Amino acid sequence: MVFLSSDRLNAGLLARFARREFAPNRYDVIALVLVGAAAVLVVHGATQMNLPVATLRTTPVVLDPARLPEYALRSTLRMFAAIILSLIFTFSVATLAAKSRRAGLVIVPMLDILQSIPILTFLAFTTAFFIGLFPHSELGAECAAIFGIFTSQAWNMAFSFYQSLRTLPPDLEEVSTQFRLSSWQRFMKLELPFATPALVWNTMMSMSGSWFFVVAAEALTVGHQTVALPGIGSWLALAIDRGDVRAVVWAVVAMGAVILIYDQLLFRPIVAWADKFRFEMTASEDEPRSWFLELLQRTRLFPRIGRPFRAIVSAIPRLPRLGSSRSVAANPALELWFDRLWLGVVFAVAIWAIWAITVYVHRTLTLADAFSAFGYGLLTFARVLILIVIASLVWVPIGVWIGLRPAWSQRIQPVAQFLAAFPVNILFPFVVMGIVAFRLNPDIWLSPLIILGTQWYILFNVVAGASVLPNDLREAAGIFRLRTWQKWRDLIIPGIFPYYVTGALTASGGSWNASIVAEFVTWKHTQLQAAGLGSFIASAMAAGDFPRIALGSTVICAFVLLMNHSLWRPMYRYAAKNLRLN
Amino acid sequence: MTIALERSVETDAPLVEVRALKHVYGKGNGAGLTVLDDVNLTLRPNEIVGLLGRSGSGKSTLLRSIAGLITPTSGTITIKDMPGDDTAHGVSMVFQSFALFPWLTVQKNVELGLEAQGVPAEIRRKRTLAAIDLIGLDGFENAYPKELSGGMRQRVGLARALVVQPSILLMDEPFSALDVLTAETLRTDLLDLWSEGRMPIRSILIVTHNIEEAVLMCDRILVFSSNPGRVIAEIKVDLPQPRNRLEPAFRALVDDIYARMTARPTVPAARDGNFPGTGLGLALTHVSTNTLAGMIEAIAAAPNDGVADLATLARELQMEADELLPIAETLQLMRFAEIEGRTIRLNPAARRYDAADVDERKQLFAQHLLAYVPLAAHIRRVLDDRASHQAPATRFRDELEDFMSEPYAEETMDAIVSWGRYAEIFAYHEDDDRFSLDDPA
Repeated sequence: MVFLSSDRLNAGLLARFARREFAPNRYDVIALVLVGAAAVLVVHGATQMNLPVATLRTTPVVLDPARLPEYALRSTLRMFAAIILSLIFTFSVATLAAKSRRAGLVIVPMLDILQSIPILTFLAFTTAFFIGLFPHSELGAECAAIFGIFTSQAWNMAFSFYQSLRTLPPDLEEVSTQFRLSSWQRFMKLELPFATPALVWNTMMSMSGSWFFVVAAEALTVGHQTVALPGIGSWLALAIDRGDVRAVVWAVVAMGAVILIYDQLLFRPIVAWADKFRFEMTASEDEPRSWFLELLQRTRLFPRIGRPFRAIVSAIPRLPRLGSSRSVAANPALELWFDRLWLGVVFAVAIWAIWAITVYVHRTLTLADAFSAFGYGLLTFARVLILIVIASLVWVPIGVWIGLRPAWSQRIQPVAQFLAAFPVNILFPFVVMGIVAFRLNPDIWLSPLIILGTQWYILFNVVAGASVLPNDLREAAGIFRLRTWQKWRDLIIPGIFPYYVTGALTASGGSWNASIVAEFVTWKHTQLQAAGLGSFIASAMAAGDFPRIALGSTVICAFVLLMNHSLWRPMYRYAAKNLRLN
Repeated sequence: MTIALERSVETDAPLVEVRALKHVYGKGNGAGLTVLDDVNLTLRPNEIVGLLGRSGSGKSTLLRSIAGLITPTSGTITIKDMPGDDTAHGVSMVFQSFALFPWLTVQKNVELGLEAQGVPAEIRRKRTLAAIDLIGLDGFENAYPKELSGGMRQRVGLARALVVQPSILLMDEPFSALDVLTAETLRTDLLDLWSEGRMPIRSILIVTHNIEEAVLMCDRILVFSSNPGRVIAEIKVDLPQPRNRLEPAFRALVDDIYARMTARPTVPAARDGNFPGTGLGLALTHVSTNTLAGMIEAIAAAPNDGVADLATLARELQMEADELLPIAETLQLMRFAEIEGRTIRLNPAARRYDAADVDERKQLFAQHLLAYVPLAAHIRRVLDDRASHQAPATRFRDELEDFMSEPYAEETMDAIVSWGRYAEIFAYHEDDDRFSLDDPA
């Protein structure tokens, strides 16, 4: 131990400790306890993951509240693993798309499509593969779940990073070129910092959406393949199976606690830290703050931990520069020819893929099935549309009311974000109990479930929009005594519109995804179904009918793409063109 | 820094030689925009050379070509006197927008170039602190750019450029984003450092559109024409430093440069003349009608009485040459004024305009617009001929692009829309991009 050693090196260290240069202060102690506890938990959780699958069968999830913290930990770790995967994906794929024009030609539309494929489909198709990969270990099921969570996060993070890379400030790019920064230096000094605020925000949004899938992915049955991983999700599944209301309540409490802790210890500090990367030359008025970040910054030890990393980063050899996409093409004719060839190859692969899917689906299904899937699609489409309208009618006025009152919006905003992150599938049992008790029509009364979790996106975006309405415009509206409807028509609706579109777009995407879980619910032995594409896919999954899952997912994908391109994008463009303030 | 030593061994061999430089932006099929045409430039040790011209004269493109940021279409650029062979480039650059990394401290921003060169951390720190010290930034090492004023930010930009010890310093309108007082202080500080030989650089190339700034700082000024950018004059400035703006010789030189910048056919006859009958090839500059009216009033007002000296007028109105000249030329184009050498003289129509009320002004403006701007007359004729009295704007835009490149066509359309609206000769609807005759009732 340092304190007993007599050699000079340690004596020197000791002396520095004594001089309090290195000595921990009380903040160090608190931070160390928190970080140390996290490390122990991570190690514990990770070793559990690798247990043989036999253990899983012999020790299934037990509905014992004492075990709940451990299950919560396992769920959190899954989320963590998925986030890391998503970040790796983002940095590699989005960078490739931004740097290579040809790669971008394929990757960007691909992300657009991947974004609209329902996440549970990914799970259905990959579960068998991953379990086959590690047949004797829990790791296979673990991988399948993590991959499912990954698919709910990665695409929009990659999009955000890609967009940042494409909109780098030209003068800083010129400085980097003029000083001949290597690609690594360029990435670390320019690209990554510039992209950080948008990426952090998108990661947060992704996480919020993906708690839902953490719950869904832990207890999943696709045909005869069953995944049951220790976690809050499988606890919930067991509770539903047994009809144990108390256990469901426990799950709600545990989930709430997990999201709260994640938010306070991970995301708020990161958001507060990322504020310094905002590309603005003025200090922001109300900087995001985090008590945990301030605590870490006040410690003596933690700021030092970064140093060796920084040294490693700057010691990374100067990688050769990737070809700049801006430089003039050496031979335009040849370039054009290559482009055509490349596009030709891409088209060929796409046509082959369509053919392969058609053949696969056609083996067991007929055109009539396709038509019925389309019909179900229309039903779910109507549900999503009607519910978005209803949610908008409810939340827009409330959001505006809150947004115009800063004291309120500061308090409500985190609550709305919390609600958006909360996986509503945990609450489904209560709704089912209600429907059964009052003998309600599931076709109608299951519908609200698909927007239960996603309506909050509309609320907090509208609150954000209303709170940045320029004060002078509001004052002008006051001076000229605009009547209520006139004020809404000429000031409030145009002002919040871009924000509303963002919220509604997110809500609609989330709702399509939620429909698979929401249109097909169970409670003990009661099974409720609402006719729609969601229940179509869900029942296909329960039966392990892969062609049907593929068909249903393709139809959902088509609907989502259609809605994005014919409804939300035009609204976005209109807002960007006509409703910009300033 | 060991600069004095470096400068003592200088010879008169040119540092930079630019020969027959031509740069065309945009389309590969040859219909691009020629921003630089046959430009020659020699930069020798111990001189500050100014590139003076209006926006669009390609002076920034020339600077960026020398910095290696742009590969010109044709021509050669030779940069001699690389100090040592390990340094990447003998040039360094200061940007108009400062181009500082908001997430790096002053010290990290200044270190950037050295880090890229792989200079060891300890030496890097030493050189950085020396540069920060030299430029008067000590005490601000750990500040972030957003905490600094504009002047301090540009000092960081300057320190960052100097720390890599370039032999040539390129400056792209370095003071134009600053207020007058700050710009003056920074200019003086830079000139002091230069004359005392405390900077490593051996030559400065500065882009500016401010004539006084060029005369204050430069030993030699190259005046550029615009569209395409060519060197139309080379002026040697022999006034001793420090120079005084109020000195008659200084004033005379500024006036002379004004005259040279205006002494050219204001209406680009070549493009106009090629298409007799239509006259659509006339590129317009978007000048607000309020500005035109203000200019007429200023020239008509008391001390001027309808005749004004352009340089004096610019001082009176606190405008740069490149702001003033397009206004004057638009007045000339519409026959409201004549420019002779460096004086501008109002025509009787402009005097009537000055005395008129709002409606009469509009009528007068409409008459001149229809009579002297062929595009306005053309649009009006098309609208009159059509039964619907409507026409999509793309139609005219396409016609313009037969004669000029896209950015010019865009600006010309902007100008015609705003003048036409003021004159009430037609209406334009932004939503669906069309012209019509209907009055917005």
